Amino acid sequence: MRSFARTLRPALAAIVIVGIHGSSASAEEARRFHLGQVVTESELSPWNIDIAIDGTGLPDGRGSVQQGKTLYESKCLQCHGANGQGQPMDRLAGGQGTLDSNAPVKTIGSYWPYATTVFDYVRRAMPLDKPQSLSPNEVYALTAYLLHLNGIVEANAVMDARTLPKVRMPNVDAFRRDPRPDVSNAACERDCQ
Amino acid sequence: MKARSERRLDREKELESDVTQRSAKSIGRRALLRGAVAAAGVASLPGPAKAASAQAASRAGIEIESWMRTPGRGVGSSPYGMPSRFESDVVRRATEHAPTSLSSWSFTPLDRLTGIITPNGLVYERHHAGIPDIDPDQHRLAIHGLVERPLVLTMDDILRLPAVSQIRFLECAGNGYTEVLSMPRSKTVQLSHGLLSCCEWTGVPLSTILAEAGVKPEAKWVLAEGADAAAMARSIPMEKALDDTLVVYAQNGEMLRPEQGYPLRLLVPGSEGNLSIKWLRRLKLGTQPWHTRDETSKYTDLMPDGTVRQFTFVMEAKSVITKPSGGHVLGSHGFHEISGLAWSGRGRIARVDVSTDGGRYWERARLDEPILPKALTRFRFPWHWRGAPALLQSRAVDETGYVQPTRDQLIAARGTNSEDHFNAIHTWRVDPNGEVTNALIR
Repeated sequence: MRSFARTLRPALAAIVIVGIHGSSASAEEARRFHLGQVVTESELSPWNIDIAIDGTGLPDGRGSVQQGKTLYESKCLQCHGANGQGQPMDRLAGGQGTLDSNAPVKTIGSYWPYATTVFDYVRRAMPLDKPQSLSPNEVYALTAYLLHLNGIVEANAVMDARTLPKVRMPNVDAFRRDPRPDVSNAACERDCQ
Repeated sequence: MKARSERRLDREKELESDVTQRSAKSIGRRALLRGAVAAAGVASLPGPAKAASAQAASRAGIEIESWMRTPGRGVGSSPYGMPSRFESDVVRRATEHAPTSLSSWSFTPLDRLTGIITPNGLVYERHHAGIPDIDPDQHRLAIHGLVERPLVLTMDDILRLPAVSQIRFLECAGNGYTEVLSMPRSKTVQLSHGLLSCCEWTGVPLSTILAEAGVKPEAKWVLAEGADAAAMARSIPMEKALDDTLVVYAQNGEMLRPEQGYPLRLLVPGSEGNLSIKWLRRLKLGTQPWHTRDETSKYTDLMPDGTVRQFTFVMEAKSVITKPSGGHVLGSHGFHEISGLAWSGRGRIARVDVSTDGGRYWERARLDEPILPKALTRFRFPWHWRGAPALLQSRAVDETGYVQPTRDQLIAARGTNSEDHFNAIHTWRVDPNGEVTNALIR
């Protein structure tokens, strides 16, 4: 709409493809509209921030528990409290062994199934007032500190693309897929109890 | 001017009293607004009713009003029209339970709406890092990962693709979270069920967009990510992505509102609202779910035994009576239409039953057309209230045969640590004085 050249480009591409393939164009090819710009994965890398649970996507860099503690106290403590105890925002540490009680305490240590999620989330969304401002080293350090606060890694631990995916979270085996429908109402209509 | 405004106030006072005399329309808008006054009249007390009878002539409303004696506003005085100033209390209300407005939620005023469509300015909100202000010319949608051709689309590109318009509900996973525990409970249906809206959405099937990039056969999940400051991200099974998921840019005939993802969002019909990523900027195909924060730490259901249900996407069949509902006052005995909404993430609503005695006897409600899959359906039920206490309930049944469960059944199955996906039958209590309140029973 904005640019005639841009509007025309896919049309030209279509002509080229028809010209090359003629009637033998595949069915999938026929369903395509040839809009948009084909790019390479490396061109998308500034946006490619997700981390898979096997560690795919983790960047170069490393960070220690001690470095994370310093960072936490300057950038995170205001919202998440001393030692990750929460208030006003989510509590991040403790709570292990409470999930089957009437007062479950859901934290990274008690609840989260994968350590890679800590890195992914801190990098994409934290701190709330300045997301995507932390360097990979800083995110590794904060992740190490949060895992240490939960007793999951030692005080001298260093997190990087090799060590982080190997961290086993205590609650990983508690997760189940959706079993619903899990209730059955008989839809009584007369003189129901 | 002064005289005119005084007359308007007089007229409003008359309406307040007037309400006690009407029957067929006795829970009209003003009755709901000024319930306390109306309630005073129900028990045939003297007070307002008597005062009103002294003004019988004007009570009938037969006057030549000021707005007939002076021309109104000119054409074009409101280029984007707004509701009447007398409707200024029909607004979204934000929760008081969130520590920051940047990550919070607001509720649709269900009891003040009719039909099945939610006006754009009243669609419920849930944001995790505020509402971004996105220039559509700068917005891009990237598709990559397990595809033949990583692709970047502009909004112009997306607007050129073959589009569809579909009416679908959107419900937050947490809609009804206040009703799981017995306290504190919500006083109004806006607060108990208002994380629910329904719009006509226009956009492109996600399958069309994925085909542009070419899906590799080993791709089993799609990561959808927003361009907000939370970069909200969720994993969606490829089967659902290719089934009925849409990439939408318009709602109810106009471009998306910023709160709803302008200029582009995902719409995953029938699924918890969080899956319908707003401000959509990236789709990545992979073999496994990513287990993002919002599909592990949040939007999972903790069971009494400590196990956790994950990827519980479908919003199961549910219904609620919106009229009368909490905070309303029935202005007089006699006829009242009970009306409400039913919906199911698994398809169409097959029927809705209504009980006025707390679930002992049930009767079929009438369903308004259209009855669409994964959309709100409006039901209606005629009721003659004779002044006895009543417990009003509705029960939805969807086309799969699934019956909306009781609160007891849900809690027996899931305990009370699970706040999301709560779809229990809801009860409104009507007291002899006409007051309607939230009653948690069964």
